[in-house]
Amino acid sequence: MTDTAPAIELKGISKSFGPVQANKDIAMRVMPGTIHGIIGENGAGKSTLMSILYGFYKADRGEIFIGGKEARITDSQSAIAAGIGMVFQHFKLVQNFTVLENIILGAEDGPMLRPSLARARGVLKQLSDEYELSVDPDQLIENLSVGHQQRVEILKALYRQADILILDEPTGVLTPAEADHLFRILDNLRSEGKTIILITHKLREIMEITDTVSVMRRGQMTATVKTAETSPGELAELMVGRKVLLQVDKSPAKVGAPILQIENLRHVDSHGVERLRGVSLEVRAGEVLGIAGVAGNGQSELLEVLGGYADATGSVTVNGKPLPLTGTGADGAARRKTGIAHVPEDRQTEGLIMPYTAWENTVFGYHREPEFQSGMLMDNAKIREQAQDKMTRYDVRPPDPSLPAKAFSGGNQQKIVLAREIERDPDVLLIGQPTRGVDIGAIEFIHKEIIRLRDTGKAILLVSVELDEIFALSDRIAVMFDGQVMGERMPNETDQTELGLLMAGVTERPGGDPIKAVDAALEQKEQREASQHD
Amino acid sequence: MDFMTLLQVLDSTVRLATPLLLACLAGLFSERSGVVDIGLEGKMLAAAFASAAIAAVSGSVWLGLLAGIVSASLMSALHGLASITFRGNQLISGVAINFLASGLTVLIAQSWFGQGGRTPSLMGGGRFESITLPFANALRDVPVLGPIYAELISGHSILVYVAFLMVPLSWWVLFRTRFGLRLRAVGESPEAVDTAGISVVGLRFAAIGICGLLCGLAGAYLATGLQAGFVREMTAGRGYIALAALIFAKWRPVYALWACLLFGLLQAVALRYQNIDLGGITIPVQVMDALPYILTVIILAGFVGKAIPPRASGEPYVKER
Repeated sequence: MTDTAPAIELKGISKSFGPVQANKDIAMRVMPGTIHGIIGENGAGKSTLMSILYGFYKADRGEIFIGGKEARITDSQSAIAAGIGMVFQHFKLVQNFTVLENIILGAEDGPMLRPSLARARGVLKQLSDEYELSVDPDQLIENLSVGHQQRVEILKALYRQADILILDEPTGVLTPAEADHLFRILDNLRSEGKTIILITHKLREIMEITDTVSVMRRGQMTATVKTAETSPGELAELMVGRKVLLQVDKSPAKVGAPILQIENLRHVDSHGVERLRGVSLEVRAGEVLGIAGVAGNGQSELLEVLGGYADATGSVTVNGKPLPLTGTGADGAARRKTGIAHVPEDRQTEGLIMPYTAWENTVFGYHREPEFQSGMLMDNAKIREQAQDKMTRYDVRPPDPSLPAKAFSGGNQQKIVLAREIERDPDVLLIGQPTRGVDIGAIEFIHKEIIRLRDTGKAILLVSVELDEIFALSDRIAVMFDGQVMGERMPNETDQTELGLLMAGVTERPGGDPIKAVDAALEQKEQREASQHD
Repeated sequence: MDFMTLLQVLDSTVRLATPLLLACLAGLFSERSGVVDIGLEGKMLAAAFASAAIAAVSGSVWLGLLAGIVSASLMSALHGLASITFRGNQLISGVAINFLASGLTVLIAQSWFGQGGRTPSLMGGGRFESITLPFANALRDVPVLGPIYAELISGHSILVYVAFLMVPLSWWVLFRTRFGLRLRAVGESPEAVDTAGISVVGLRFAAIGICGLLCGLAGAYLATGLQAGFVREMTAGRGYIALAALIFAKWRPVYALWACLLFGLLQAVALRYQNIDLGGITIPVQVMDALPYILTVIILAGFVGKAIPPRASGEPYVKER
């Protein structure tokens, strides 16, 4: 390998934002035709480093070499010219443009569109055949599934003749089947000599596809190793700086009587699209029911209906008592009174009021409770005191109740929400995406808390798009697709492949190409939504 | 209603729709690029005053037109500076421009001409003359088509023809050129444009530059084509009506033409039929005059189906990592 120059070489890259050093003296070499993983916790500096490479930020110090030659990357334009393409976590596509228009945007051949579009059509066809990247060039982006939108992003980079492709958390929004397909595409690209940088927080993906992997922690590159010579445990330790339990320790569930019973639940959203189409589920005391599914298949709406802030028809009972699903009595406060606690999917908009202090946030939803009152006013001294106590016990860092919620990291914000909801001793805990955007260290803590709560005999409904999390915590798994429950499985009797197909709406293992079956199911879903959309 | 009356109403529709159409297309370019422009009114007003004042002083309507375009463009640049460069609130910047124009025009007019905030009446070369198209007089006697050609199509000032030609031109620029593709993209998804290596700020300034130019034409037409001189607040809400027409037209040039003609027609009807007698009940002139504004309210209240604005409109672009 000594005779070929590295595709990318970074030397001494440093970048500070005010007093925060986001990248410190980073060195990295990636050889051409390889897939290089970058792994690290949130805020470790991965995104900053890639933004420097793509010209979004200018490094304070350091040099970048592309293919052995020093490159001055001052903006996206020069990054593109240097052969770097980037697929962002949040796609940078124009939703009401066609695929073709998105591909040529910024890479047009001349002032008139027609010749550019014609040439792009040809190139696109060629690229699609070469890399299994098929996508309809005349379709509007907003009509494409997320997986196809991602293909467009990759095609955009290839159309600009990128030799180096950076993908930022590419599988976060994909079904397992789509993720597998993506990895096949990446594999093809690698064999064509492209260099790929894969940023992810999923250890499994790193192990599966990369050749080499760099670990980042607190702005520094702590290690670069060959993937074949490392293990998930070692990588996790390098990321966090201490030993981490990747498996959740749990004893078998002691399941009791049914607590939460859901029958034929239906919900229509504000556009007239039916988001829940007859969901029936049961959660018993002392068990975790995990709802697996790709985002946008009705799980969020299920939580909203149960949490009391979306209307529905059907029946929901808690301990045999029916809950009102519309009108008065169907609100968050009433739900909390009946013993339902809710840790919402999006803690920043639904779980917390970001500019408010931590101590205020520890009582929202329960602030009318007599114990927090003093005459007509709120007993702020008492609230602060209990907030301090909760924050210490839930290991919220820094344990300062007077800081606003937005000053805490994702994991610590989640701990504040958890402390608030769990401490009221609910019968039912609804918990959505408990560890989204949460560091590995905090994930361990949150998972332990959920299991501890289960062992005290609570009924827990867990919604997560992370299959690993579903497997780690659930005693039973229900899979949702297109507003319906596709099936229930016991975690020890199923695997990621089976769940992956269920998540894509395929109930039987197909004899033919699973990708085709998945595509067909997704298309059916999109057609239904489009036909109901007013 | 006889045929000639109909033609006269339609003829006046065309005249009245012209400033609306120019302003509407101005707003279209601006909003398609993601910059909401509630300051169309102020820009038109400034242009109307500048064109009338310069035309009155110089005696040349062309110099007046130039002055109108320059003044509206300066206002556009101010809007851009506030809302693009400094990422201020686009609505507030637009409202500020309206106030600025409303006050400044009268103030300068008064101290310059001393006629109570108006400019002297324009005569001769100070106004846009109507153009008689070839053969208009010769064909006048051909039944039906002759009068339509001679009365309705011929006999407008040059700016009317410019305004109507702007419709296909705008469509072509927006949907057939690289510039148009990028302009539409920046109003929908500035981050896509940014990551493609194109300057968001540059594109938006280009768009509001076009907006200024078209507002300049609209204002100049008001003062030197439709009327003969500037009077205070002579735009009379046309900037807002143009915005309503823009929503009605769903931000598309050809629809904008029809929307502006509809508003123009309402204004023409109100001008022609001051009091309408409907079987004993007399509809007073005020109701007729209010019609375009009532329609505006109805449109803005969303009674015309879903109008989806460009997704990024109103949002200053802040680059994130």
